[in-house]
Amino acid sequence: MKKTLTTPLTVEDLKDLKAGDDVYITGYIYTARDAAHARLVELLDEGKELPFDPEGAVIYYVGPTPAKPGQAIGSAGPTTSYRMDSYAPRLMDAGLKGMIGKGKRDQGVKDSIVKNGAVYFAAIGGAAALIAKSVKSAEVIAYEDLGAEAIRKIYVEDFPVTVINDSYGNDLYMSGRKEYLEWAEK
Amino acid sequence: MREIDAGLITKEVKRLAIEANYFLPEDVLESLKESRDGEKWELASATIDKIIQNAEIAKENQVPMCQDTGMVVVFVEIGQDVHIVNGYLEDAINQGIREGYEEGFLRKSVVKDPLDRVNTKDNTPGVIHYSIVPGDKLSITVAPKGFGSENMSRIKMLKPAEGLQGVKDFILESVELAGPNPCPPTIVGVGIGGTFEKAAYLAKKSLMRDMDEYSEDPFYEKLEKELLEDINKLGIGPQGFGGNTTSFKVNIEHYPTHIAGLPVAVNINCHAARHKQVIL
Repeated sequence: MKKTLTTPLTVEDLKDLKAGDDVYITGYIYTARDAAHARLVELLDEGKELPFDPEGAVIYYVGPTPAKPGQAIGSAGPTTSYRMDSYAPRLMDAGLKGMIGKGKRDQGVKDSIVKNGAVYFAAIGGAAALIAKSVKSAEVIAYEDLGAEAIRKIYVEDFPVTVINDSYGNDLYMSGRKEYLEWAEK
Repeated sequence: MREIDAGLITKEVKRLAIEANYFLPEDVLESLKESRDGEKWELASATIDKIIQNAEIAKENQVPMCQDTGMVVVFVEIGQDVHIVNGYLEDAINQGIREGYEEGFLRKSVVKDPLDRVNTKDNTPGVIHYSIVPGDKLSITVAPKGFGSENMSRIKMLKPAEGLQGVKDFILESVELAGPNPCPPTIVGVGIGGTFEKAAYLAKKSLMRDMDEYSEDPFYEKLEKELLEDINKLGIGPQGFGGNTTSFKVNIEHYPTHIAGLPVAVNINCHAARHKQVIL
């Protein structure tokens, strides 16, 4: 079932989402990966403000290629999410509602998603040129020294993602495969 | 002795680095199309379809197909009658990587020290494997390797008693553990035999094959095909959403080994199976 969401997200917005739903996101989202996450959690440890308002925010795990002249952003597909697993619950406790990446999350992240009424989406790994088409603007807002890993505020229009972990504890990586195998056995 | 100019090597490596990232090899694209047409599970065929669309957009707009433009792995086969002039071979290759990643708008993903983690800002150095072969030609294969799939690599020193079944189990277990992480559908590279590092090298080397290329040994060719079937029974599917196509090729390279050993290495490649070769 296809659904649309506009950022920032609320718990109410995410109540209807189920693992396996195709969702199109519109609005501002933030890019961050390994090095930026380490710095964000350091700020939380020190009780300092983050470079963006985490309340209802969506983080996209991506390090884009440099934009060619005329492009808003270079190729921008998701990176593998598990590397952010140790940081993600801290950010969800601070208000983060959505994460976009690819690949499995650990139990700590899944529990935090349920606890905080958040959601984990996957974008198609490796479909970086296709995905970049839904990014309309991009601006580095923190950690410029990290290059591709800097935090960018990007505006996306109908950004295509699939719900992997919903706020009810479902996991598409388990259920999708199970459904397929049951169907294939018939 | 045939002379080859180091400047030519730089120029060619630069070109190959850019082309490898923009243009998915035609045979890989054809294989993906076959996989899509063979998928009866709708979400799986729709997912492969988007991967194909992506490759077409990358080609048309001349942009990287994946944002992870990789750490550059280079296989160099140097004819023993070749003499490189006007520079050092390794510097010439790294200069090609440097220029290609800058001019091609490719991501610089290499950090100078694995613990200190400061970006070298030009994607150098590459990981370069040399072999000396007969003749007076120089073959260079440039293969940008993304780390989503590289991180799913595994190696195990099996006991000889574990035999063929042990090898099969380890390969299937590796694909199972990787699950959706290495961006399936994948190509599974396997190295069997040699020593610890030889097995890993063979696994990577096997990923350089064309899609219609199987092991020259009929036993291993049969094993490659059997393993592909077994892997696709796992049901992980494109992107791990479920489906038949978890992998679309298994490549096995093997080598003599010690009486006490049975090393097996698995190196997975994502669907963006990038490599370009030139023979000078």
